[in-house]
Amino acid sequence: MFADTALAAPLDHRALAVPSGVAKAQAKGRPRAVTHPTDTAMSDATRWMLAVRDGRDRAAFARLYDHFAPRLKGMAMRGGLNAAFAEDVVQDVMLTVWHKAAQFDPGVAPVSAWVYRIARNRQIDMARKRARPLPEELIEEASEPDSQQIYAMEQEVGFLQGALARLAPEQRQIIEKAYMGELSHSEIQAETGLALGTIKSRIRLGLERLRHELKELR
Amino acid sequence: MAEIEHHLTEPLLAAYAAGNLPQAYELVVAAHVSLCVECRARLGAHENAGGAVLETLPGAALSAGLRDRVMAALDAPPPAAAAVPRRSGIFPAPVMAALKGQPPRWKTLGGGVRQQILQADAEGSARLLYIPPGVAVPDHGHGGLELTLVLQGAFSDKTGGFGTGDVEIAGPELEHQPVADIGPPCICLAATDAPLRFHALIPRLLQPFFRI
Repeated sequence: MFADTALAAPLDHRALAVPSGVAKAQAKGRPRAVTHPTDTAMSDATRWMLAVRDGRDRAAFARLYDHFAPRLKGMAMRGGLNAAFAEDVVQDVMLTVWHKAAQFDPGVAPVSAWVYRIARNRQIDMARKRARPLPEELIEEASEPDSQQIYAMEQEVGFLQGALARLAPEQRQIIEKAYMGELSHSEIQAETGLALGTIKSRIRLGLERLRHELKELR
Repeated sequence: MAEIEHHLTEPLLAAYAAGNLPQAYELVVAAHVSLCVECRARLGAHENAGGAVLETLPGAALSAGLRDRVMAALDAPPPAAAAVPRRSGIFPAPVMAALKGQPPRWKTLGGGVRQQILQADAEGSARLLYIPPGVAVPDHGHGGLELTLVLQGAFSDKTGGFGTGDVEIAGPELEHQPVADIGPPCICLAATDAPLRFHALIPRLLQPFFRI
């Protein structure tokens, strides 16, 4: 942990500074990513999320709230909810982030994708008043996410955001609409064929990771 | 289990990630992803893309008291989580959830074919189909997209062969007659966004009764 004081200064970092053995014990006995890469390799959101997960760090949670709550409200409203309903979703999603923090694994999904999925599921459950069909969870216990995996995931996020930024405005708008739930399946089929190609290269990495994990499970 | 050969398309996975599929299709997607490592990874990539879009959103102004309310609620006990059904035999967890944790209660459709409707609303329907070896699902077209996931056995139609874990994606233009392969009975999870149209006279007359 060095060369990072400017980034780290406003945040209580006790949770990340505890010896790895302690962090392990706090994570309910599960093997955890205790070998954090240097903080510079991790996004702010990942560090905040790990501090919430491993240290129940309220200051870090408040940072996550300030970062995600306005975006989540925007997402809910783009999905068709009015402002009051959208804030119900925000409150619900942020409390889920706090309560289910133990399920966050930075080697499997970046914070933004994890929050996105929680928000999407929550919004659908509320709209339908019944639980959305969800894939089975992989049993992650057997794999110990290492710093390399976390680093690869952070890189993937960087690539994706770069790819989004480089899209032509109209293409970018289509992608935004698709992932914010504003296009139907057939519209996605018709309009995003090309644009979706930009994320395809990122899929290989996730596949390699899963194959690796499953091998360890056998 | 043989290697899965027929996968979900990118637009279907993107639409699932974005929450833009009718529930009947969601069930097929969730069930296939439960069985297929490749599609799980691809769905993860779409969720990463969704997260990346979320990061770039301008964001909406929040009510003044919301932050304090959320922070104050951190100490409250989390809401009790509903029991999540587990995979049972050939049925992955999302199918068990749709079955409410019970084994299927088949209804006979004739010719040894049986079904159980899992879900039906204005947007579409999902059902389990049981087709004895060598038997054909009655000749049918369908109004829109039809997704069929094989859970046991295999079937073939004019587009090819589909084994356990494979998903067939049939557009409205495809009039096909799936026939179960010789071997164990073929059990499928099928979703449509419109009632199936049968071409043989008797099944068409029966259609209103069976909701197929």
